Amino acid sequence: MRHGKYPFILSFLALPVGLYAWLVLVPFAQAFQISFTDWSGSTNQFDYIGFDNYLNLFKDERFVIPAIRNTGIILLVLPLVTIAMGLFFAFMLNIGGRSRQGRIEGVRGAQFHKIVFFFPQVLSLAIIGILWKQVYAPPGFGGLIAGGLEAIGLPAPDNGFLADKDLVLASVIGVLVWSAVGFYLVFFSSAMASIPRDFYEAGIIDGAGRFQLFFRITLPLLWESVQTAWIYLSIIALDVFVLIYMMTPERGGPDGRSEVVGGVIWKYAFKHGEQAFASALGVVLFFVALTLAVVALRIGRHQRIEY
Amino acid sequence: MAIRTPEQTEPAAPPARPERPAPTRTEGRVMNVFSHGFLWLWAFMVVVPVVWVLVASFKTEREIASDPLGLPATPQWENYVNAWNNGNIGDYFLNTVQVMVFSVTGTMLLGAMAAYVIARYSFPGNRVLYFVFAGGMMFPVFLALFPLFKTLQNVGLLNTYPGLILVYIAYSLPFTVFFLTAFFRTLPTGVAEAALIDGAGHYRLFFQVMLPMAKPGLVAITIFNIIGQWNQFLLPLVLLNDPEDAVISQGLANLALRQGYEGDPGALFAGTVMAMVPIFVAYIIFQRQIQAGLTAGAIK
Repeated sequence: MRHGKYPFILSFLALPVGLYAWLVLVPFAQAFQISFTDWSGSTNQFDYIGFDNYLNLFKDERFVIPAIRNTGIILLVLPLVTIAMGLFFAFMLNIGGRSRQGRIEGVRGAQFHKIVFFFPQVLSLAIIGILWKQVYAPPGFGGLIAGGLEAIGLPAPDNGFLADKDLVLASVIGVLVWSAVGFYLVFFSSAMASIPRDFYEAGIIDGAGRFQLFFRITLPLLWESVQTAWIYLSIIALDVFVLIYMMTPERGGPDGRSEVVGGVIWKYAFKHGEQAFASALGVVLFFVALTLAVVALRIGRHQRIEY
Repeated sequence: MAIRTPEQTEPAAPPARPERPAPTRTEGRVMNVFSHGFLWLWAFMVVVPVVWVLVASFKTEREIASDPLGLPATPQWENYVNAWNNGNIGDYFLNTVQVMVFSVTGTMLLGAMAAYVIARYSFPGNRVLYFVFAGGMMFPVFLALFPLFKTLQNVGLLNTYPGLILVYIAYSLPFTVFFLTAFFRTLPTGVAEAALIDGAGHYRLFFQVMLPMAKPGLVAITIFNIIGQWNQFLLPLVLLNDPEDAVISQGLANLALRQGYEGDPGALFAGTVMAMVPIFVAYIIFQRQIQAGLTAGAIK
């Protein structure tokens, strides 16, 4: 085992580590450095200006403040709704069926539901954006929801859901939930399948209903999966941009009501030529992501139950 | 390792069980209707936008705008012709395939090499290296976009496929290494030792013994990377500016933004359907592996 070990290790690590350092680690480090300058990005001229960019971030009421608010809302709502629905559906598929002779079963057609629910996960965000932009379109442009509302005699927003200041963010979050639920259904479902059926049967003999089975048995045993899901969804929430780019007017409108942090970084870096400012916002995003992951892993560090 | 579905873990109910008075029977029935209702409602909500756009892709522009809930009077096949010819959907397909043949192969090769060494050899800095790779999963890509743009520009790889391929590989490594390291650790040591005693070198051990043994893990993570890179949008948006070179998701986005509501929505939907068809077919055939591959992060 000793013979020629280090040359072998080096030869296997050189390419992946080199590429990773060159295209991932160094650019991230550079972004940190850039955030302390006044670099526009187009010239080679810049000075170090300390924390000025960071201070100015919180004075930008046109882009940054709305973006932080909206990303904050997505960060709260998306994981909560998606995990709740994913758990609910997974529980239904695994435990929600008829109980025959005291045995617990999933509903019939569970496999079919899994296939259907999961499908949006394999569609690209570009395709999802095109689909839903048309679903949300105004009445005169053939929007599905608007058409449906009109068919039953209800009013629809004149300019469609995405041009409505009060509806745009909720509409986008709806699409995010739509595309994510199937993934977490399958994710939780595989975790639930490993919980021994005896637990439930014992619970039923003791007279527990479905709600008690869920809250007393399933949820505590699934806690680690929920934590993992929370981290994944938080990262997705912080990185929301492509749907905004595809669907909303002015890629963040109307009137900044769907600006998100990722989108604002992109706008400042590639549209407004304010590279240093964009980097400062990116650094903030980085630390928020890091903090969330640490917090999610700390909170409710339950005792691991072996079964 | 593989996701086990409840159907597989649950043997057929033993027939000889004594009937016991079930206090949950009524409740069970109510719950059953209730749960079925919600499941079907959600299934309906998933299917409707997709099927509806499929129908819309056969409509005239006027039908799309004025009769969103109706069926086309005559199917407009020329929407598909227009999408193929004017929308260049075919070219975008080929572009994407060209990029991914190299990027997925490269990701798997480099990812497996790094993960294997990290998982099965002890050397100074082993743990640090693992965390440096795994930590990459947390970095928001937005932060690196502009430095990355400059890096590629400086070496003349901006707006080129080799540049995009290298970036895809680099940004797919964190999860690939994270996942495969865990996988290689689970492989039995006995086989490796036997192979070494038989005189196999480290290289032969890797390519002829360990890689074949790691096949289930490699398949899962390959599917994960194929789907991830096929759907990638942000990186090509920034690193690939020539519309002619666009990959599929970028090409569709350009089509959508160029056409807006005024252009040719029929062709846009036809293009969208064409982009969905191969994904749909692959999904139906490989759905078990895809679900396992994409939820692979659940298994640690």
